[in-house]
Amino acid sequence: MRRELMTGNAAAAWGARLARADYLPAFPITPQTEIIETVAQWIDAGEMNCRMVMMESEHSMITAAGAAAATGVRVFTATSSQGLLYGMEMLYTVAGWRAPFVMANVSRGLAAPITLEPDHNDILAARDSGFLQIHCATCQEVLDASLIAYRVAEDARVRLPVIVNLDGFYLSFTREPVDIPSQDEVDAFVPPFDAGPTRFRAGKPMSQAVAVLGGTPYSYFRYETHLAARAALEVYAEATDAFERQFGRRYGALDAYRCDDADIIFVMMGSFATKAKDAVNKLRAIGERVGLLRPILLRPFPDTAIRQLLAGKKAVAVIDQNISMGMGGVLHGEVSAALNGSKDAPPVLASFVGGLGGRDISAEEFFEIAAETRRAAENGETPPPRLLFTESELREIRKLQAIAHVEHGSDEAEGNRNGEGEERHA
Amino acid sequence: MTDAKQQTPFDVLQYLRQELMPHFLCPGCGHGIALRALLWAVHELGIEKDNLAIVSGIGCAGRTGAYIDANTFHTTHGRPLAFATGLKLARPDLEVIVITGDGDCLAIGGNHLIHAARRNLDITCLMLNNEVYGMTGGQVSPTTSEDRYTTTTPLGNTEAVFDACKLAEGAGATFVGREVTVQTPTLKNLILGGIAHDGFAFIEVISDCTEIYGRKNDLGSSAEMILSQKSAMRPETFENNIIDRPFRPNALPTGVLAHDKTRPEYGAAYRASIKAQQTKK
Ligand SMILES: Cc1ncc(C[n+]2csc(CCOP(=O)(O)OP(=O)(O)O)c2C)c(N)n1
Ligand code: SF4
Ligand SMILES: [Mg+2]
Repeated sequence: MRRELMTGNAAAAWGARLARADYLPAFPITPQTEIIETVAQWIDAGEMNCRMVMMESEHSMITAAGAAAATGVRVFTATSSQGLLYGMEMLYTVAGWRAPFVMANVSRGLAAPITLEPDHNDILAARDSGFLQIHCATCQEVLDASLIAYRVAEDARVRLPVIVNLDGFYLSFTREPVDIPSQDEVDAFVPPFDAGPTRFRAGKPMSQAVAVLGGTPYSYFRYETHLAARAALEVYAEATDAFERQFGRRYGALDAYRCDDADIIFVMMGSFATKAKDAVNKLRAIGERVGLLRPILLRPFPDTAIRQLLAGKKAVAVIDQNISMGMGGVLHGEVSAALNGSKDAPPVLASFVGGLGGRDISAEEFFEIAAETRRAAENGETPPPRLLFTESELREIRKLQAIAHVEHGSDEAEGNRNGEGEERHA
Repeated sequence: MTDAKQQTPFDVLQYLRQELMPHFLCPGCGHGIALRALLWAVHELGIEKDNLAIVSGIGCAGRTGAYIDANTFHTTHGRPLAFATGLKLARPDLEVIVITGDGDCLAIGGNHLIHAARRNLDITCLMLNNEVYGMTGGQVSPTTSEDRYTTTTPLGNTEAVFDACKLAEGAGATFVGREVTVQTPTLKNLILGGIAHDGFAFIEVISDCTEIYGRKNDLGSSAEMILSQKSAMRPETFENNIIDRPFRPNALPTGVLAHDKTRPEYGAAYRASIKAQQTKK
């Protein structure tokens, strides 16, 4: 083992290298590109034995990844944002093929408007595809999750592709010290891919995914895929236990920080949760009993663990770095579904949306979130969802609109929109 | 087209959104020259800004569209031709010009190129070929010359190269041309011919990505890169140049490569057939 300063992208590349990925179809997109460039350098320097092909789009990239995995080859690939969406048709298809491989997604907000910076609408668009999802908050997690992902993906009880998600810029381009495990240790943890019956043998031909099915067999296969994804909860737990034994680092399906004696819990995913962690410490310093719950597994969704962890808490604030148009924060909906019907569910489940397109969430805003959630806990009423946006930001937007000669309604109309609607700007 | 317009001298600034300056292009990038040639052609044709629709994809090539003071649409990677097709069919009165890159047009969006060419709708497609994915930092593209270094081909490219003009012509484009940027007036005239042509016009501009591709392949300064572009119009430039590995080792022909005035323009043919159907009833 050695320790190096590296970006989240490099950590993902190390994951592919140490897992001995055989095949890597690639297509560049900011902020992911460093992953495939790193692998290309290693292959050409003879440090990594892998075949890498530049495809002409993410659609063909994910197709190639699925096809190779379906013939028993260990595959790694990576994308981001528009690329993930462009490959969406194939996400569902290769998951349906039960082709296990690992794909890094470097989260970036979606067009339009165009942004390069992170939020989770890209990865959440893949939520129902059959890909499992591991969400990382540090560069070390990116490397470790890539190894764990192969164990889970290739397990005969699961056989599904896995996305390892890291936030663009905040993780992709941030250097952190990362332990690089030795190849021997990783070989012991991720044995060669045993594809079982799906191995490609010329002498024993078989057909995959050729049939057009009616509702009954179709339902059967869809349920099977769902059950395999649910089975991944247990397989993930086993894999992370084995990982801890081998490498000494512990990962759960959830990362619970100072939750035990907390009465208010923040729920947040990805690297922005480290901002929440910092806020928890600051709030603790002034006597607020706040904790942070960060789902690491999003698919399968660790609902039971969430229910148990939140049981008896006074209030929960879900901070979503995504927005489902016409509904609100996606994670808020997921947590709400997990808590539904549970006797000792917290009476208040507040929703905050922020950090879209990489917009910062400041410590002050976490304080405001905590204060509002505290007030809600006291009067027992969940506040309406809140979109984090400050007055000074709105002023900046007005300046841009003036440059672009945008006409907007009178201030009165604006006031109505901000103040009386269900959602409010902070 | 107004004669008055033609008489005023061309001032590129009149066609740019100056509030967006400074622009994002690297010093010496060939895309800027292509942009100038396009605007020059627009000026000479006397196209009103209100009637001009610039549709662009994603990439450094696509980004240049945003600086044009006209109706501009920045679409998604690979899709400008699909967008332009819808636009032109709905608004045949607009002069629709697509700005796209070699990656945008030939890799992720390649399918749209062949179908736009097949339909022969009156769109002008300007593909700025710098042999690389410039915007994402210099990865191999379908036009990267053999042996060239890119970030994803550290030992040199081994894949075959697309001849985009042949592809477009083969798919049915009725106006096809290629020009280098060093010949700005010639390039302008070619673009002018493409816009004036009634049908799908495909123009490949031999551009250059000095900052990433040029540097990585030791192709010299931007001036050296531009001067080393081979053009049928100025073969002596190529012969006399001091760079032993010319930027374009492949002797691609330049100028107007195909011009078929006989095939009907899709939009007009479509409207005529609708009209014929309606009068039958
Ligand atoms: C679906 C999708 N995949 C990948 C990207 C990332 N991307 C942005 S620009 C680009 C390549 C642009 O190359 P080219 O069209 O040649 O334009 P240039 O920058 O060289 O002018 C890529 C791959 C994207 N924006 N969308
Ligand atoms: S990266 Fe290359 S193509 Fe893009 S602006 Fe710079 S020189 Fe031009
Ligand atoms: Mg290019």
